Amino acid sequence: MKDQKEAIIEVRHLSKSFGGVKALNDVSFDVPEGEVLGIIGPNGSGKTTLVNTITGFVKPESGEVFFRNIRLTGLPPYKIADLGVSRTFQVARPFLSLKSFKNLIVPLWSPRARRFAGSRGGDRDTVAIDLLEEVGFERDAFVPYKFASALPLGYLKRLELARCLALRPEVIICDEVFSGLSMSEIASILPLIEKLKMKGVTLIMIEHRLRELFAVADNIIVLNFGEKLAEGKPEQVMRDEKVRRAYLGEEIKL
Amino acid sequence: MEERRKERLDRGIKARTDGLYAIQSWRETIYLIAPRASLIIGLLVLPLILPGLYWQRVLVLAGVYALLAISFDFLAERVGLVCIGGAFMIGVGSYIAGSLNYYFGLPIALTIPVATLGGAFICTLLWLPCLPLRGIYFAVVTFMFPFLTHSIIVAGDLFAGTEGLSPVKDFPNIWISIYLILTMVLIAIFSLRRLCGEDIGVVLGGIKDNDQAVLASGINITRVKIYALFIASLIGCFAGAFLAHFSGFVGVSLFAVDFSIMPIAACIMGGPGTLAGPALGALILTPLSELLRGFGQLRVVLYCLVLIGFILFKPEGLLNWATRKYHQTERWVKV
Repeated sequence: MKDQKEAIIEVRHLSKSFGGVKALNDVSFDVPEGEVLGIIGPNGSGKTTLVNTITGFVKPESGEVFFRNIRLTGLPPYKIADLGVSRTFQVARPFLSLKSFKNLIVPLWSPRARRFAGSRGGDRDTVAIDLLEEVGFERDAFVPYKFASALPLGYLKRLELARCLALRPEVIICDEVFSGLSMSEIASILPLIEKLKMKGVTLIMIEHRLRELFAVADNIIVLNFGEKLAEGKPEQVMRDEKVRRAYLGEEIKL
Repeated sequence: MEERRKERLDRGIKARTDGLYAIQSWRETIYLIAPRASLIIGLLVLPLILPGLYWQRVLVLAGVYALLAISFDFLAERVGLVCIGGAFMIGVGSYIAGSLNYYFGLPIALTIPVATLGGAFICTLLWLPCLPLRGIYFAVVTFMFPFLTHSIIVAGDLFAGTEGLSPVKDFPNIWISIYLILTMVLIAIFSLRRLCGEDIGVVLGGIKDNDQAVLASGINITRVKIYALFIASLIGCFAGAFLAHFSGFVGVSLFAVDFSIMPIAACIMGGPGTLAGPALGALILTPLSELLRGFGQLRVVLYCLVLIGFILFKPEGLLNWATRKYHQTERWVKV
């Protein structure tokens, strides 16, 4: 079944070290088109470095990443985003001095968004407010016009997602969208993730919240000390002895 | 003990959120237009009421500094590129205009546009490699350029070396130069404010806020920075070309550090990010420094005192403070 779907992202033998620390060590995997891949692992296992190398923010020492057979490695971040691989940041990075909807003017101004907008690319403000509504902002005369610096974390994370969506990406890489959110805030973002999946967008989700992740993910990759520890269906991965050990530590024998 | 806090109430326009107005009456229209109109009328009337040629020439000089301050403010506060290369823009602009007039006898109507465009190209091209640098590093590199060019001109005895090119054709009369520079100041203020309100201005502001997020939005930030740098250089090089003709002379003194430092003081004094504020700052600081001409090098102390004073006691600057006072009433209320 799995092999029939074509891989949209191929990661091949990625390695990256910071000083003496091997953040990534020969990591390879495929992401089939339209699927949700979850990446989990303990703190410091190289998850964010993996995102940064795929999206061009960090140059790997060896290995390559392909998107639809286009080599992403070596391209600058804006070109990768332009091709349709979009990311969110773990620590939300909004434009604090701008109003919420003006935050989206930046991605909407990008060449990729303008290609989609075609000739009627004139009214970006309306498109921006529509996008905010799509990610769950209230459509009133108040919230979209608030400065991003005045928004609570839950809205900032949604703003991050909206910034990705403005580019109409084919692949979205979410770096811990759920972290720091309350249960109700997570509950309001989950339907959005499911909606994206229905639309056929490929998602790579890095998460610590396993319960929420397993509800949406098709496949899971476990990273530990920069190495791929396990790969497979969520339930399969959770039964894996190595994974349990990485998360819970060795059993103490008395 | 009784605690009090400052309450701020909006006034003037009933229906508004920040930056968006619904104008309902003539009174409100006038309320909005008055500050802009007073700036325009004030600048246009000012030359007529000045006591003599000396102060008129000071005003022209203030206009040159005002253009530099606007250019600095635009880059530093609206794009996040702290460019302390005002002297380089002035130098490049003036040397192009001056030598075109001195060697080839081209008229002013031709030398100034050529120097403005050509100078902006040269500045942008030379600063291009430094654009990936951020914050203080970009500032340091741009700050070094005037010294570098100064030394090359002196060492290579280019453009008549230390003596400079003289005479360069002057403007026919003082009125033309005054109104040319003041009109350019107004055009620079209003067109840059307009630009910052457009979508590209939002993107520029985004670069200042968070360049990584702009990169992740699929925008080549270096290219956008080039646009901004070119626009700012246009303003600076125009000021330089103008100064060459105004002083009738082109020399290495045009690379003086004053042209780089003064805009910073004017910007901080006038209100960073307002574009009109730095221009006002320059219009105040230049005459002040002329008054202190008798003290020679001590004039630099004035800039430093202004900088320190405003940074410590009024970091928002004059215009931001005035805007707040204009739009809001303040009163102390009991908590």
